[in-house]
Amino acid sequence: MALSRTIDTPGLDDAFPVEPSTRRHVLDLDDFSKEEITEVLESARGMKEVLGRDIKKVPALRGKVVVTLFYEASTRTRISFEEAGKVLSADVINMSASGSSTEKGESLLNTGLTIQAMGVDTIVVRHPHSGAPYLLARQLNKVNIINAGDGLHAHPTQALLDLYTVQDKLGWAADNPNGNSIEGLKVVIVGDVLHSRVARSNIWGFAKMGARIVLSGPGTLMPSDMLRSGRVARSQMASMVGVETDLDRAIEGADVVMALRLQQERQHAGFLPSLREYIRRWQVTEDRLTKANPGVIVMHPGPMNEGIEISNNVAHGGASVIEEQVTNGVAIRMALLYRLTIGPGN
Amino acid sequence: MAGSNAVRQPVKAPVKRMQERQIMNQEDVRRAMTRVAHEILERNRGAEDLVIVGIHTRGVHLAHRIAANLAEFEGVNVPVASLDVSLYRDDLRVRGQSKVQPTDIPMGIQGKRVVLVDDVLYTGRTVRAAMDALVDFGRPQQIQLAILLDRGHRELPIRADYVGQNLPTSIEERVMVRLLETDGADEVALIFDDKIGAKRDS
Repeated sequence: MALSRTIDTPGLDDAFPVEPSTRRHVLDLDDFSKEEITEVLESARGMKEVLGRDIKKVPALRGKVVVTLFYEASTRTRISFEEAGKVLSADVINMSASGSSTEKGESLLNTGLTIQAMGVDTIVVRHPHSGAPYLLARQLNKVNIINAGDGLHAHPTQALLDLYTVQDKLGWAADNPNGNSIEGLKVVIVGDVLHSRVARSNIWGFAKMGARIVLSGPGTLMPSDMLRSGRVARSQMASMVGVETDLDRAIEGADVVMALRLQQERQHAGFLPSLREYIRRWQVTEDRLTKANPGVIVMHPGPMNEGIEISNNVAHGGASVIEEQVTNGVAIRMALLYRLTIGPGN
Repeated sequence: MAGSNAVRQPVKAPVKRMQERQIMNQEDVRRAMTRVAHEILERNRGAEDLVIVGIHTRGVHLAHRIAANLAEFEGVNVPVASLDVSLYRDDLRVRGQSKVQPTDIPMGIQGKRVVLVDDVLYTGRTVRAAMDALVDFGRPQQIQLAILLDRGHRELPIRADYVGQNLPTSIEERVMVRLLETDGADEVALIFDDKIGAKRDS
């Protein structure tokens, strides 16, 4: 056996078992690779174990400060980020638009600069205007930005927790020699896709992981803007995303069915003929699920209108993973806070 | 993950022509782990109340080997647990984030004699983090440390109770442990900058 040989591989010790991420912001999933998504999901698996302990506290982010800056109402996303930060020992400061200087007319950018000047490490922002987190990411050079929902545009942490939930239910890549279990799945997203930032980020996420996505709902609520945009139409995405307005046909052979909340004010804006017709044609019911693949899972990003986009039986039935989505959301946000706030080292 | 550190490379590491010299071969590793298992039995007068806790990734495989040896020598089944310490490190700011893997301690460690297992003992910071992580799961009666290779350069007052092999190294050198489970073969190698080789090439 040769005792000595020449090799060209640097860094061959356990100090860096993975390539440290240089990512600074999480704005949408369009700039994530399949590999990076897989890394985040695997890391969230380690985080979920922490959440199951008697003592749910690890010192990883001790001395780091996370601000949640919410210009829109939220319960689960905000509490989920707060819990994620606290379990990792970060100090989490919650700030809402109401009760802050925003009421005195302070702009988003000036609020961001003020928070940055206080030495905060990470800002989690939700804003009613699409693109608002991008403005902060561009203008603030000392903080990490996480998009917790911007207008009709994106909600990347929700999409990642949805991917995690599917992976957790259908098998992990590391345990599966054939690669990730999301590849090749049929994912049906039902309802108001047009106004859903959750759906838009999920389309990117599931497509990157190699799933087939079928959108179903009234033609007026399909995101033709996104599907026709050059970035999607010219990319591989075009062949992975389709529209089938007939839900009974869309659901045939589905592995994942995701119902979206029907924002009832849309009815008055002329997107729907009537609520009754919507329920009849697009409610996810037990009857419709019989056409899906055996073992189909049903998801909903919440908050739900039970009896409108999803029937009570399905929402609380055996195929539903809606509660697991919430638990997994904390683990995913822990993984992202850790990834961004710790950084690649120096 | 299998062989991950052979595929992935750190972003900032300079690409140098490196030389590699084998320190332990498959037989050496086997003999060392056999002796470590015997020493564990000797020190603890058997295997009662023992829990073997491996530190991810290679420590976990070594922990399973120690447990298999204990089963062979004494006919006892000693529980094996796995521990991830990345969330407890004090040097995160310097070395950056690492892969977080699930910790699995199904049997609990309250009142047990824990033998921590890792592949290389270097600065001692991993072991310190591991002790911090362990006490979140209970109060062990004792914590002992078993290591395949001790390369020196401690930055903390930590020493191993069971050592497969001592190897004085220079800080510039790197130690690579390959195991059957992750890398296809058992081997410990020393990796060092080959300045002569680089000159020869230019």
